Amino acid sequence: MSETATFSGQSVAFVRATPAQVLPPPASMVGVPGWMRQNLFSSPANTVLTLAIALLTLWVLPGFISFLITDAVWSGADREACIARNGVVPGACWAFVRDRLSFFIYGFYPLDQRWRVDLFFLLGAIGVAWMLWQKAPRRDIGFYYFIVVLPIVSFFLLSGSSILGLAPVDTARWGGLMVTLVVAGVGIVASLPLGILLALGRRSKLPVVKFFSVLFIEFVRGVPLITVLFMANTMLPLFLPDNITVDKLLRALVGIGLFASAYMAEVVRAGLQALPKGQYEGAMAMGLGYWQMMRLIILPQALKITIPNIVNTYIGLFKDTSLLLIVGIFDFLKAIETARVDPQWAAPTTSATGYAFAAIVYFIFCYGMAVYARSMERRLSVGDKR
Amino acid sequence: MASQQASATVPADEPPKVAFWNDPAKRGYAFQFVLFLIVAFLVYEATTNAIDNLTKQKIASGFGFLNVTAGFDIGQRLIEYSNTSTYGRAFLVGLLNTLLVASIGIVLATFLGFIVGIARLSRNWLVQKIATVYVELIRNTPLLLQLLFWYNAVLKALPEVRNSAALPGGAFLNNRGLFMPDPSFGSSFQYVTYVFLLGCIAFFFYGRWAKRRQDATGQQARSLPVAIGLILVLPLAVYFLAGQPLTLTYPNLGRFNIQGGLQIFPEFVALVVGLVIYTAAFIAEVVRAGIQAVSRGQTEAAYALGLRPGPTLDLVVIPQAMRVIIPPLTSQYLNLTKNSSLAVAIGYPDLVQVFTGTVLNQTGQAVEVIAITMLVYLTISLSTSLFMNWYNSRKALVER
Repeated sequence: MSETATFSGQSVAFVRATPAQVLPPPASMVGVPGWMRQNLFSSPANTVLTLAIALLTLWVLPGFISFLITDAVWSGADREACIARNGVVPGACWAFVRDRLSFFIYGFYPLDQRWRVDLFFLLGAIGVAWMLWQKAPRRDIGFYYFIVVLPIVSFFLLSGSSILGLAPVDTARWGGLMVTLVVAGVGIVASLPLGILLALGRRSKLPVVKFFSVLFIEFVRGVPLITVLFMANTMLPLFLPDNITVDKLLRALVGIGLFASAYMAEVVRAGLQALPKGQYEGAMAMGLGYWQMMRLIILPQALKITIPNIVNTYIGLFKDTSLLLIVGIFDFLKAIETARVDPQWAAPTTSATGYAFAAIVYFIFCYGMAVYARSMERRLSVGDKR
Repeated sequence: MASQQASATVPADEPPKVAFWNDPAKRGYAFQFVLFLIVAFLVYEATTNAIDNLTKQKIASGFGFLNVTAGFDIGQRLIEYSNTSTYGRAFLVGLLNTLLVASIGIVLATFLGFIVGIARLSRNWLVQKIATVYVELIRNTPLLLQLLFWYNAVLKALPEVRNSAALPGGAFLNNRGLFMPDPSFGSSFQYVTYVFLLGCIAFFFYGRWAKRRQDATGQQARSLPVAIGLILVLPLAVYFLAGQPLTLTYPNLGRFNIQGGLQIFPEFVALVVGLVIYTAAFIAEVVRAGIQAVSRGQTEAAYALGLRPGPTLDLVVIPQAMRVIIPPLTSQYLNLTKNSSLAVAIGYPDLVQVFTGTVLNQTGQAVEVIAITMLVYLTISLSTSLFMNWYNSRKALVER
């Protein structure tokens, strides 16, 4: 074929018949330079911003790294390892965390009984893995294991039982991460069913049921957790008959459980409202009663779409367990606070190290839950895509 | 029973007879009645037990304690208070401190939150990543831990009074707080205030006039120079005309203490910084979700109409995003207010620390003290939601 095209039988020289060869994109638009141009230096303002932030990062980050890793003290027996030498204050005092790690985890739990706490951690990990791993066998059994078997077994395991030959351990000796996990676990297991009941109550057509549900939810959500805990701590003993004394940890558990269930109720209610009315009407047309309709049709769908929000509520609950230190429960943060001011480890960086360690532990738990919630959100939205 | 008697004479097209325990309406009534009885019984038991226990422990009841002398000092106070003041006065001091932290915190957290939220959507990779790291790090650690960190590890690590860091403008920074020059206003300073307020009002009316003119003729009026003139220059001119009626008392650095000046307590700073940084991370997520909720087509349509990126954001995207942002933003404001009660952990004298802490310990009147505290928070929560609902209904999309 020639380079000239024909138009109305005449050959025209200026129209090309074959497409021109595609040129590669300019070197500045591909590869690393192209990426940097698009994402870092797309405009003068962006360039200034990028350079400013890069400089700031370069200024802050090395200090951070040297404090946490390179200048840090990794081993030592007491404060001598971490105090200033020749006027130079060393970095993070990880030796302190290593020395006090068992205190952070078990609190004052008797030394020879700590295998029971380890077993509790193991059983809990099995339950969590069973629930979260989508392809695990018999997840229905896993659900009942998590919600029924695990709480009962853990209770006898941790507090002791004479029938099983386990020495009783008073809850005053519980402490550290173990208490945080116990409280968070109880809150997680108790708040979902209570929250579902409250959400159903709030959407109920029965005025009295609705009134009490709204009253409870709005009241609890309107006040800070601290006041709920103070109330559980000081007023619960007043409301009970003289001869009943409630364990201090149990009081806090009641407070946190009720608080979390009010928030859970609102999350579940959003899920119930998101369902189209046809689902309710379809269920009623099938002749299902209220509880059958809820159990078989409504709740499975409503809870499915709320899973990410439920997990977010759990993250909030897990963080909120730290407030227990204010009402005198020996949780993980309280263990850090206690060890931090211990003269044996009094050094300039002890506090910062303790808080850094606490932040890492809380972050691992909360971020883990957040990542799970996000992956669930993606998985669940697959069905909605077309 | 009634249905059985009537059964002999019912016409054929009556609804089918059901036993009353199968009738949903009657079952509903029965269930509600039982629930009411249970709740009433619980309330009755709790009240009688409480009265019983209180009389046994010889604790007075009623609100008379509010007029009793408190006998303790409060470091930071916005109104006159001494250890001879009453518990009622202490309550007011605590309440005002809570409101102070909440209002300052809300303003700063909104500011920071919007910046971070927009940064999370930035096309600049570095900005976006830094904003993401900030949000994830802050949202996944407890607020209490952050407060303790700011207070114990940062502010308590500042130099002691003797080695105070001198800041420009005659201020000092040490582990007892920030000491700043204390302004005292002369009597003629009131004119400056009046002129400032008048300037604000005048600018408000100028803005309304400018908008009406723009709606009618399409001409835009300049607002920035007018604003500077009315709100800044005019009061400044009056200030100098009145003979500069403002004197500063500078703090005096002594060997062991600092005399005079305005002291900003480290507890206050730690609480505000902690609350702002924590809440801003949540507000950032709210803002990001709001901006993402405005569909891409809106921006494209605005470009097609010839709007530039700036006005597109101002006139098209943000007004629509605000509708999505405002409801969750309100609950973040309420969260900040409620979270300010964590002040008790670092000793800032807020409502909970003063009232549920010290006053409760001294009087032992748990029921009254906790009821008052909860009522205060409930009032704040409910009135904020009412206000925000009103605002929201004004801004909400008006549909057919």
